[in-house]
Amino acid sequence: MENASILIIVVSAILVNNFVLSRFLGICPFLGVSKQVETAFGMGMAVTFVMTLAGIITYFVWHALLVPLGLEFLKTIAFILVIASLVQFVEIVLQKISPTLYSALGVFLPLITTNCAVLGLALLNIQYDFNLIQTIVHSISAAIGFSLAIVLFAGIREKLVLSDVPTPFEGFPIALVTASLMAIAFLGFSGLV
Amino acid sequence: MDFNSILWSGASLGGLGLLFGAGLAFASQKFAVEVDPRAVQILDALPGANCGGCGYPGCGGFANAVLAGEAPINGCPVGGPECVQSIAEIMGMEASDSVKMIARVLCNGTSDVCQDKYEYSGVKDCLAATQLAGGPKSCAFGCMGLGTCERVCPFDAIHVNDKGVAVVDEDKCTACNKCIEACPKDVIGLVPHSQLVVVDCNNQERGGHVKKNCGVACIACGICERSCPFDAVHVENLVAKIDYDKCTECMICAEKCPTKAIWADFEARKTAVVIDDKCIGCTLCKRVCPVDAIEGEVKSVHKVDPEKCIGCSACEAKCPKDAIEMR
Repeated sequence: MENASILIIVVSAILVNNFVLSRFLGICPFLGVSKQVETAFGMGMAVTFVMTLAGIITYFVWHALLVPLGLEFLKTIAFILVIASLVQFVEIVLQKISPTLYSALGVFLPLITTNCAVLGLALLNIQYDFNLIQTIVHSISAAIGFSLAIVLFAGIREKLVLSDVPTPFEGFPIALVTASLMAIAFLGFSGLV
Repeated sequence: MDFNSILWSGASLGGLGLLFGAGLAFASQKFAVEVDPRAVQILDALPGANCGGCGYPGCGGFANAVLAGEAPINGCPVGGPECVQSIAEIMGMEASDSVKMIARVLCNGTSDVCQDKYEYSGVKDCLAATQLAGGPKSCAFGCMGLGTCERVCPFDAIHVNDKGVAVVDEDKCTACNKCIEACPKDVIGLVPHSQLVVVDCNNQERGGHVKKNCGVACIACGICERSCPFDAVHVENLVAKIDYDKCTECMICAEKCPTKAIWADFEARKTAVVIDDKCIGCTLCKRVCPVDAIEGEVKSVHKVDPEKCIGCSACEAKCPKDAIEMR
């Protein structure tokens, strides 16, 4: 992956190594806010926003602070710190600058603070030793992959509500079955890259 | 691990934390958004259950909608009159009279007075049972007690009792209409919470036929209609209906009803009492009393016979000197 081309990174992050369906990161919002396509889309956009910024900032924290000081082992806690403050900061700024976007994202913004997909992305970026451009592309693609999965899933769940599901499977059980079937479907992309 | 790396770890993490903390503090100052203090007050006044019964996303959404003038101040179905009152104070508005409604199962046909016409052993669901010759109950309009309403109620406010009829818990009911929509027999209705007289029957068949099936059903005899002094009860579609606006809760209809299909809370029945100091002996109350319970001559203090008084409060409304109190 060291010298992977941009295109390969994009395809890999969106389809082959989809964050939700293949890496199993960010399962909580995937199940929690996927009852309606609209809110799922809002969550996807919020994650895209935070992931991109987090990817860039953690890149600098890693290359400008942790590596020169020989403190690589601190990456997890340092990245959590970055993500948590970043989400808070984005929330404060958004509330002032764009109340419309703020109310559209609503409760999803603070939810991302504890989203493992964001932390996973930051850790993967340094694991693959990406440069800045690759980091940005990978962050955006991973977030698009997340949005794609959650919006598709929400679409299916909207149909599920109306369908005749056996009583023991109603609600979360059938959602989990659906999610696993989607994961198997995405497995079909595995030969692409 | 040498001492230096510990030092550097602490310094870098502490530095990062300090940097971000300072950044956030600065941002919260710089980008501070002025929030209407009334929004916080309204939020405090609301029940805080975030049930969404008002149609807005949570209590916060409703508070903002009230501020924006989109939602009525009595839009919260759970809060009750105190909640409306406090929101009205915050918004500087008059609290309009919102009558708290509750759902009520309009059927008294428990298993001992209304027999089943066949033994039903299918799915425990009213809708399913209705498909089979209109359900097991011999009365085609009554509550079958299979608990479909119980399952849709989000507030745990309706339960089928041991005699096979659903009963609403008045304290828990928020009049959300879910059970009313779910009931295939349409036997659940909304009545004012304070209403003390209710026709507990939904049967729209002819008297003789009804009586064969159920001992406590309305047989549409019309006695209530004729005995009501206030024109508040009418037999429509062969079942008595009370106009809750006109009803003064005198409970005459409930007393006269031959099958006791009309329920009344006789315990809560009030009696008119004349306050002697205020009465000027105008005889207005005496003339308006439907049961001749008030005695007294012109220009002398009147008296209410508590034995005869039915607590309709007609005299209280008529008295020009506020000399009559309902107790």
